[in-house]
Amino acid sequence: MKSNSDGLMIDGIVGYIDRDNIDTDQIIPTEYLKSIKKFGFEDYLFDGWRYHDDGRLGVKKEEREINEDFILNKVPFNESKILLARDNFGCGSSREHAVWALRDFGIKAVIASSFGDIFYNNCFKNGVLPIHLQKDQIEELFQTIKDEILELSVDLQKRIITIGDKEVSFDVEDHLIDRIIYGLDDVDITLKSKDKIFNFEKNRKETMPWIFINE
Amino acid sequence: MKTLYDKLWEEHHVTQLDSGESLLYIDRHYLHEVTSPQAFEGLSKKNLKPWRLEANIATPDHNVPTTRGDDFDSEKIKDEISKIQVVELDKNCNTFGIKQFDIKSTKQGIVHVIGPELGYTLPGMTIVCGDSHTSTHGALGCLAMGIGTSEVEHVLATQCLKVSKLKNMLVKFEGTPAENVSSKDIVLFFIGQIGTAGGTGYAIEFAGSYIEQISIESRMTICNMAIEAGAKVGLVAPDDKTINYVRKNSFIDKEILFKAEEYWSDLKSDKNAYFEKELTIDISKIKPQVTWGTSPEMVVNFDDDIPRTSDYSEKNKKNIELARHYMGIKDESKLSDLVFDKVFIGSCTNSRIEDLRQAAEIVKGKSVADNISEAIVVPGSGMVKEQAELEGLDKIFTEAGFIWRDPGCSMCLGMNPDQLKPYERCASTSNRNFEGRQGYLGRTHLMSPVMAAFTAINGTIGEPL
Ligand code: SF4
Repeated sequence: MKSNSDGLMIDGIVGYIDRDNIDTDQIIPTEYLKSIKKFGFEDYLFDGWRYHDDGRLGVKKEEREINEDFILNKVPFNESKILLARDNFGCGSSREHAVWALRDFGIKAVIASSFGDIFYNNCFKNGVLPIHLQKDQIEELFQTIKDEILELSVDLQKRIITIGDKEVSFDVEDHLIDRIIYGLDDVDITLKSKDKIFNFEKNRKETMPWIFINE
Repeated sequence: MKTLYDKLWEEHHVTQLDSGESLLYIDRHYLHEVTSPQAFEGLSKKNLKPWRLEANIATPDHNVPTTRGDDFDSEKIKDEISKIQVVELDKNCNTFGIKQFDIKSTKQGIVHVIGPELGYTLPGMTIVCGDSHTSTHGALGCLAMGIGTSEVEHVLATQCLKVSKLKNMLVKFEGTPAENVSSKDIVLFFIGQIGTAGGTGYAIEFAGSYIEQISIESRMTICNMAIEAGAKVGLVAPDDKTINYVRKNSFIDKEILFKAEEYWSDLKSDKNAYFEKELTIDISKIKPQVTWGTSPEMVVNFDDDIPRTSDYSEKNKKNIELARHYMGIKDESKLSDLVFDKVFIGSCTNSRIEDLRQAAEIVKGKSVADNISEAIVVPGSGMVKEQAELEGLDKIFTEAGFIWRDPGCSMCLGMNPDQLKPYERCASTSNRNFEGRQGYLGRTHLMSPVMAAFTAINGTIGEPL
């Protein structure tokens, strides 16, 4: 069996939020975009729902008024590795902080029936796998979850989710999943095409000079 | 037969990678203080420099206080954390040599407002920015889209964006609008129809007789909110209006500009180009639109009842219920029953000179209602502010009881001190009514500048006076 450490499997408890259109302002409110760091957002994930008070960057969880009813504050969901939601998850702004907050909290995969475009893209750059399932499959998962605490296992290479003895397959493009498995760096990959970019640019300078003029 | 989007795509296509994705060459890259610090850090760590310095234009907008007055600089920002971010942008621009319209500049403003007005946004360009409302620039016929911070770093380092092609959607707005109906109403209506995920995966080209009639500013309002319909890209083909707009703002030599204009006049979708999705909307019957809920698709006519849960299927009930609860709407409410606390005229959707003129027209000689504790007008840029003051619009606003501010994003997202307090209800010309968007537990109703002005005077959303 493959292990987690290979980055080929994600398994763990599923936290769930039964809502459509969970936007990036919900995933991480504006206040926390003031950070100039790329890490340390775990305490601010779903801030507006997770706490009863208004948070500030730098104020720790322990000093806040926690909303005990919010799922990710409850045991065992406070250790969720997978998040289940409905339609249009991550719509709204381009803030990559939304993915950083999920990642820092420990979420490795988000299952939803659709995603905001920019959010979807941002996920793969930070090792979070967005899994797209049909609405009826999502509904079924929600039904199961009502009765029991769900543990899932996601096989990244086979693209299969295992729930007990049931298997659900999902689709994701090869190059995207490779990025999660191998943690590839886009800049390095692109710079292999350096010469092509140079030539393209040179040509463009000649044909469309106005683009290259600055005040 | 190609669409405008297809053409722009091909024109910038550098190469296809093994992964199947494409590298698109990026002509213009806008930067602001919120989504860039981590990208600059990444660049430094890799020991890289920006690929093409002149492609980049920066300005601070999200965090800046709007009560700056003269003689302000980054160090004077009171909120320590906001200050760090703005100062960091100053530092990064200095270190790397990137052109910045900094907080002291008379040309500073919301990045999507200053780009076009300073002549940096040109038809036919690819434009990116770490901000989803980059779609705004598509109004001039460019392929413009929002990107995440990792991509900001990637564009800085390689001058390219790694992307897969979007599908094409054509939306035609036909007809002449009724009185007091502006492009904001049209785009809100459109989002109400198609839903906030309706455009996901598409580049939307807006066309039709209505689009032809309206100004570039109005087109920007529409393309700006394409992202609220889920579409990363909104587009309008360049026409004479576009070319005149660019000519007016351009710093480019006449001869070269002339050559460019020739190219731009041909830049449009072929007659029989294929769109995966096509939609025609008769806009002549659209009334002013106001959102009632916590998603831009939760929108109705200004004089309508607010949807009740009983009107909806089991599945949607929950969303409606949650939104009604958050917005503090009791079961019997009509939109006109709601009493407002604040009014915000501003944001990259509606803070251009035309927006301010429309709002000023309505508030002229009137007073802000007693129940409105604060009504603010935040011009989108230093240039807009200057122009408005030249026309005396600031006087009209302040005499009516509005507060006239310095440019920035302001209460659109409340990263600066301009925020709603819990449960305050706001008439806002911005683009997002998400929970907490304008401040913790704040309640946002999106509308046009005209309707926001009416609401300021009425205190409620009444019949336009
Ligand atoms: S005005 Fe609002 S939407 Fe526009 S860039 Fe600023 S924060 Fe974003």
